[in-house]
Amino acid sequence: MLMKAGNDPSAFASHLTAITPPRLSRRVRGLSDRSLAWLFIAPVMILLLAINIFPLIWAVRLSFTNFKSNLPNAPLRFVGLANYADILSDEDVWRAMQVTAHFVVWTIVLQVLLGFGLALLINQKFRGHGFWTTVILLPMMLSPAVVGNFWTFLLQPQIGLFNDIVAFFTGIDPHSFQMLGDVKLAPWSIVLVDTWMWTPYVMLICLAGLRSIPEDIYEAAEVDRASRWRQFWTITLPMVLPFLMLAVLFRGIENFKMFDMVNLLTAGGPGSITELASITLKREAFEKWRTGYSSAFAIILFVTVFGAANIYVKALNRVKQR
Amino acid sequence: MNAHFAASSHAAHSVVAASPRGKVIAGTLVVIYALVTLVPLLWIGATAFKSPPDSISYPPKIFFQPTLEGWVNLFTVRSRQSPEFLANLPPPEHWWERLVRSHDMVIAGPSKVVPRFVNSVVVGFGSTFLAVMLGTLAAYGFSRFRVPLSDDLLFFILSTRMMPPIAVAIPIYLMYRQLGLTDTYLGMILLYTAVNVSLSVWLLKGFMDEIPREYEEAALVDGYTRLQAFRKVVLPQAVTGIAATAIFCLIFSWNEYAFALLLTSGNAQTMPPFIPFIIGEGGQDWPAVAAATTLFLMPIVVFTVVLRKHLLRGITFGAVRK
Repeated sequence: MLMKAGNDPSAFASHLTAITPPRLSRRVRGLSDRSLAWLFIAPVMILLLAINIFPLIWAVRLSFTNFKSNLPNAPLRFVGLANYADILSDEDVWRAMQVTAHFVVWTIVLQVLLGFGLALLINQKFRGHGFWTTVILLPMMLSPAVVGNFWTFLLQPQIGLFNDIVAFFTGIDPHSFQMLGDVKLAPWSIVLVDTWMWTPYVMLICLAGLRSIPEDIYEAAEVDRASRWRQFWTITLPMVLPFLMLAVLFRGIENFKMFDMVNLLTAGGPGSITELASITLKREAFEKWRTGYSSAFAIILFVTVFGAANIYVKALNRVKQR
Repeated sequence: MNAHFAASSHAAHSVVAASPRGKVIAGTLVVIYALVTLVPLLWIGATAFKSPPDSISYPPKIFFQPTLEGWVNLFTVRSRQSPEFLANLPPPEHWWERLVRSHDMVIAGPSKVVPRFVNSVVVGFGSTFLAVMLGTLAAYGFSRFRVPLSDDLLFFILSTRMMPPIAVAIPIYLMYRQLGLTDTYLGMILLYTAVNVSLSVWLLKGFMDEIPREYEEAALVDGYTRLQAFRKVVLPQAVTGIAATAIFCLIFSWNEYAFALLLTSGNAQTMPPFIPFIIGEGGQDWPAVAAATTLFLMPIVVFTVVLRKHLLRGITFGAVRK
């Protein structure tokens, strides 16, 4: 009742709770269960080895060289850890990491507040809540690139709708600010569009959390005369927290990797004010063609996200167990 | 879980049910949020039916004379001609020719939008078919057999999703150049399959775990082989799950931008990297871009409505189920 096995985020997160099923009693003529199992699983593994692992190993190898893919015949020189040292002392890289951190933190803060708030409201089960939930979900299903592209239109200083709406409600001159061209506003523009797009994601997961809380807990609290406020802090929030943390994990990983929407919205500009790590990586790899250097950067990014995700999952499991 | 809620929502006297006034307030706030969320989408839909001057007028026009110019511009390439040249032409056969000539232009040929759309469909369906087929096999393997290290393998499959796409693209770009897979259907289908397969294995394993194993055991006792039992007993029961998974894979391939941008140029380019480059005379032709965006997003809107029962599962890789 509390949470079905499959409804438990930590089952996914710990990746250890899947119960290995008991072996079916009968064996099949010819093939043993074990070889059959491998027959079923092998195609996926081969594909992933070919398209993910082999290129990853290749990238690791390249990261120790000075290879430039626009000059494939230039003499290949192994430079050891020089690329890694260059990256860690490169100011542009650190600036890109700061821009990424700003983007990740603020999108998560806003999406958690808005998403959780919306989930609480929808959970009041007013008439037509199903329909309106579906409407709210639309943005997150759309192509981030196409979203980024059409938001450049909405955020245009002269012809765009956004400035006009802001002007209508606040009385500010609609020509007095540029969402995408201004050094101060551009970092918030990418946060704004991402929040528009992904708040429903957090909302949907929070809603599942709210619906997993058995109603008799509230009834008991009501009998004990706990105030609504107290019920929220002692029942609702702790029970939704694992779901909320799962949503934050997914949003964190996705936005750390963010490329498509921001590349079309600002392409890192003005200057390099909104240049996220992935955009810097694309510049180094596919505009400057510094393949060795960018491979090292790619591996640093992957290790960062992988490491952070693992630490986070441990924290998530601790919250779950409490 | 759901049964409990159905019961409690009938109980009007339930102590924790929202008051009628609370419901009205919650409903109003949610509807306001939903409408605000819809504004950008409605604006793009409206822009698709504006004339180019109307689309960039200041202040932005809410009421306008609808025209199909944007759609005509999207599907055609036009060239400007002198009035004498136009006067000597035979009268236009179709309404779109008349529309173009009223701007002193003639249709020079079809634009690239149809081939790009076809590419999106081919790559989308091809990769979806492969990812679902391979994913179904692997999910069955993980769900029903004792696979050594199965948790680690499952986590490995998931972790391929954590790499930033640009990081993956660097070695893939080199590998595809060597193999001649750059800008080909096969290359893009294989790549999208590899990305989608993690989602497909995780989702389908969840769906398969929910199918009672008694059916298969009965079939095995009746003399079916393992493969027959899989084909005739498990697959028919997993059809809903397979369909939902397929739509999620299709949406990913449909929306993907980074790989398409870096690995395709002419032959296999899909819609997302193409749409931002729809250009008219003097800059972006916004009605045509809006028309392309509308055309491109419509299938996703339909899919979202179809999928709404499975959305939660899909976006969390099966970690949270309703």
